[in-house]
Amino acid sequence: MGAAVIVKDLKKTFNLRHSHSLKETLVWLVKGRRGDLTRKFDALHDVSFEIQPGETVALLGFNGSGKSTLLKLISGVILPDKGTVRTKGRVAGLIEVGAGFHPDLSGRENVFLNAAILGMTEQEINEKFEDIVAFSEIEQFIDTEVKFYSSGMFLRLAFAVAVHTQPDIFLVDEILAVGDEPFQKKCLAKIKQLSDEGRTLVVVSHDLDMISRICDRGVVLSSGTVQFEGPAEEAVAWLREH
Amino acid sequence: MATSTDTYAVPGVGAGLLDVYRRRYLLKLIVRKELRVRYRGSVLGLAWSYVKPLVQYVVLFFALGIVLRVGDQIPNYALYMFSGVIVINFFSEAFSNATRSIVSNAALVKKIYLPRELFPVASVWVAAVHFLPQLVVLLAAALLTGWHPDILQLIGAALGFVIVAVTATGLGLLAGAINVFFRDAENIVDMLMMIVTWTSPVLYDWTMIRRLAPEWVLVIYQLNPITVAVELFHWAFWYPTVNRPVELPPHLMWTGLLGLGMAALFLIIGQLVFRRLEGHFAQEV
Repeated sequence: MGAAVIVKDLKKTFNLRHSHSLKETLVWLVKGRRGDLTRKFDALHDVSFEIQPGETVALLGFNGSGKSTLLKLISGVILPDKGTVRTKGRVAGLIEVGAGFHPDLSGRENVFLNAAILGMTEQEINEKFEDIVAFSEIEQFIDTEVKFYSSGMFLRLAFAVAVHTQPDIFLVDEILAVGDEPFQKKCLAKIKQLSDEGRTLVVVSHDLDMISRICDRGVVLSSGTVQFEGPAEEAVAWLREH
Repeated sequence: MATSTDTYAVPGVGAGLLDVYRRRYLLKLIVRKELRVRYRGSVLGLAWSYVKPLVQYVVLFFALGIVLRVGDQIPNYALYMFSGVIVINFFSEAFSNATRSIVSNAALVKKIYLPRELFPVASVWVAAVHFLPQLVVLLAAALLTGWHPDILQLIGAALGFVIVAVTATGLGLLAGAINVFFRDAENIVDMLMMIVTWTSPVLYDWTMIRRLAPEWVLVIYQLNPITVAVELFHWAFWYPTVNRPVELPPHLMWTGLLGLGMAALFLIIGQLVFRRLEGHFAQEV
């Protein structure tokens, strides 16, 4: 059995553009393309690693080190400029909890919409609906419009949908800071359960203690390159030293 | 590794419109969401989409008939115009909303990978739902004025609808993708929508073009798939109610098929451009 995620020689450059205007582009073209219309910024370069099926891997690094960019490349939201990303099985990207939620729809409608966005079929959603609502613990508000939810309720429901999508590869970006302490414990237990079921997890978080608790391995990024790769505790220790 | 790559997927590279078909359940939910959100907090709800075309019909009847006396040239002019106007309404709602669809769904486009063609296609679908009440008003007006179509004319109407839907999807994919990079696109499309009423025989008769312009202009005029759809609608809904001799554009079924070909061409161009630009959506939108 091969790796679940293969990342090879990855390079991603962003254009830092200041406006979305045809006029400026035309002026630039007429002037014979003098000067740079955009500034370029290397978010990632020469990044290579593999993640084995069933592993829980943390992407570590300070703000702006390229962690989230890497996660977006694995989920397919953005495409690399050079190098390749390959994934095996269904990928669910939890880049941001509740990205697909609409405030004017009820909790119930949002569960269906979001589960479908995350790749579930109609049948799967119908089967899992009760579990999702039970996990979120907001049964009595499920037919209320989401705009009336407190931020805690909103995050609970969104997280509940996400953890029930049953992906093979689960991408998690800073979402474990959800709700109060009991709910956080429940989320961590659920993440552990997903990992025990043999699912692959890729986690981005700044909560280093939590990472050393739940992750097997850590990849430390700095200025867009891999600086350290190894067991989670060592990766966390490496990051704390530097 | 080359032997095992066939089981690996390349994230972010999909099958375009084919993926929209595969995830049609999600398409259905997005269309439902759009409709729910559109009429939130309104008492009449979807009934508004019956009131609006009804008012439009009444305005055409009085303003053009009584004031401008169009009825002298075009028999049953209100039905003639309304059958063209609803084609234009469908096309402009579908096209302009599809143009804005990627940008207005930026939150999703940036965070989660899903076939982005879903958004323009959903816009066209929503416009089709709004087209239905207009069709009901048209049918009521047609039946009141002695409508008795034959089967070929009904097929022509269906063909006209498909031509508009496919054209709007193709152009919507094209303009929606460009709009991510240059927001000018939505203004250009709004401007085109003002012109499009006049590049098709909606508020006048096609023979006026033949009288005024040389032969080759008429050929270009007829190549516009929206013009073809408007003429097919005239043929299906207005022509059977007319009791004095009128001249229809020649070979309507053939121009209809040609219009469908043009629509398909727009769809292919739209899809190709969309796929080329799609990779940059998340970082530019």
